[in-house]
Amino acid sequence: MESFLSRYRNPLILLAVVLAQMLGLAVQVRRPTTGPGGRQDGHQTRLVRLWVATLFSPFERVFLFSGHGVSHVWENYLDLRHVRDQNQQLQAELNRIRLEEASLAEEARQDLRLQKLLAFQQQYVSKTVAAHVIGTSGTDLSRILLIDKGAHDGLQPDMPVITPDGIVGKVRDVFPHTAQILEINDPTSGLGVILTQTRLRGILRGNTAGQTEIIDVLPDERIQSGEQVVTSGGDQVYPRGLPVGTVERVVNDPERNPYVAIRIRPSVNLSRLDEVLVITQVTDTVPTAMQQDVATSEQKAADILAQRLPSIPPAAIGPDGKPTDSNAPPSPVRPPSALHPDRFTPGATPAATSLTPDAPYPKQTFPPSPQSTSARTAHENGAAAMSPSPDKHAPAAKHAPTPTEPQN
Amino acid sequence: MAFIPGTSRREMEEHRFHPLVFIVAPLLAIFLQVYLPLRFPGIAVLNLPLLIVIYFAVSRRSPIAGTLIGLIIGMIQDAMTHLPLGINGIIDCVIGYMAASIGVRIDVDNPGTRLIMNFLFILLGSVLHVLILSRLLGTHEAWSWMHELIRATVNALIGVILFALLDRLRRRE
Repeated sequence: MESFLSRYRNPLILLAVVLAQMLGLAVQVRRPTTGPGGRQDGHQTRLVRLWVATLFSPFERVFLFSGHGVSHVWENYLDLRHVRDQNQQLQAELNRIRLEEASLAEEARQDLRLQKLLAFQQQYVSKTVAAHVIGTSGTDLSRILLIDKGAHDGLQPDMPVITPDGIVGKVRDVFPHTAQILEINDPTSGLGVILTQTRLRGILRGNTAGQTEIIDVLPDERIQSGEQVVTSGGDQVYPRGLPVGTVERVVNDPERNPYVAIRIRPSVNLSRLDEVLVITQVTDTVPTAMQQDVATSEQKAADILAQRLPSIPPAAIGPDGKPTDSNAPPSPVRPPSALHPDRFTPGATPAATSLTPDAPYPKQTFPPSPQSTSARTAHENGAAAMSPSPDKHAPAAKHAPTPTEPQN
Repeated sequence: MAFIPGTSRREMEEHRFHPLVFIVAPLLAIFLQVYLPLRFPGIAVLNLPLLIVIYFAVSRRSPIAGTLIGLIIGMIQDAMTHLPLGINGIIDCVIGYMAASIGVRIDVDNPGTRLIMNFLFILLGSVLHVLILSRLLGTHEAWSWMHELIRATVNALIGVILFALLDRLRRRE
């Protein structure tokens, strides 16, 4: 026996080590700890990952920030050379975007009202934590990123991770000062998505080649390349409406016949990420900051429109009702008031709601206008002075319509 | 490939390194493996830690040492991923053991031998990876011969350069 052990010592040690690891694999796969968003590591496994992350993350931080420092110095110099032109361009673009935003604000408000009426639960991103990507898993078989924010910054497992361009993934393991991000192109990831035009829903996941695709979709001729894909919110992890990518093409899925897979081009360049945002809080109401942005954009939009549109500035009016400035533009021409108010005079026609079908038309009374009263007085005075006999004017006066005389 | 007769074991003295080399070189390889893909995404096709395992295994010419080096480096690699611990550990153990066993029998200082050895071990590592994932963990793994051959070729070429650099860290007797 002793000779056997000494003779086969090396292969026996290899066998023991491999068997021990296989046993460990079986334990990890057999007894996963289920967390709030799915499968989590056990305590011992998590401890090993924590030690390794703690060992390497300081060096990754140093390399990252020293590299950033050198590149920032150079980039700042280059930026300063064109900052004025760029500032003007950005200002113009900002004005244009504010105009667009203001035009969309009313639609957004109407949408909110409708959502309230339908008791629809919409989630809004209200708080995010910015983080630097400091490392990867080192293999293309595991699409993992390491970021420099962890539990001390309020991060928790299954929090969505985004950039301004779209979805990146979700937080997986959280350590005190670092955290692992599982990218959406990993085979073990999955998120609910919806195609914006065809309104098809599906589950997006990665494949072994690092591509993202929507699986288990029935063939549909309406699916065209270039269609936008956004999160559906059905997975309870990612808020609804965040951009995911665009449809690249539809491919056959031999393992899931007759279903097809829709290959998606992510809106985020997942292989070149420097900074990400971890969504740490979502709310059911529109965040205050967003409301202020909309209000500000509306005011700014009004100012921009006032500057751009041709208009007449208000003239200073003197006490006599005439403009004090001779160069001031004339006040708008208004029609003179009627000499004899009749049924065509504005405001003289009764409201339609006050009328009754088949009822006689109500008698109307027209208030004498100031001009007609003064004209009549002058006419009567003049007639009295020129003609001693008032009877000559009696028929003429009789033909004139009196205010109380019915018109029809 | 130059085979060494079994009687000339005296000529096959194990290469000696400063103890710090055994610590710093693997850690540096792992660090570069996880950091460089941020700047150069294509570098993820390399497997620098496995190349380090092969180098130290053939240098030490001890199967037990090769197994233990593979175990430690493989477990660290696993800890950087989200996959269960032990996948790379098993692969690196087996390859470390085989590399040390081969190092006893053939001249591994020849660049041509190193190129072929690295190519075959990297290819073996890919096969073991697929077998572990599909047979032990029950997950589906796609296999592309072209991709794996390219990966093995690139790693073999980089390995020859890496081994030449590490040779400079040997202790002179």
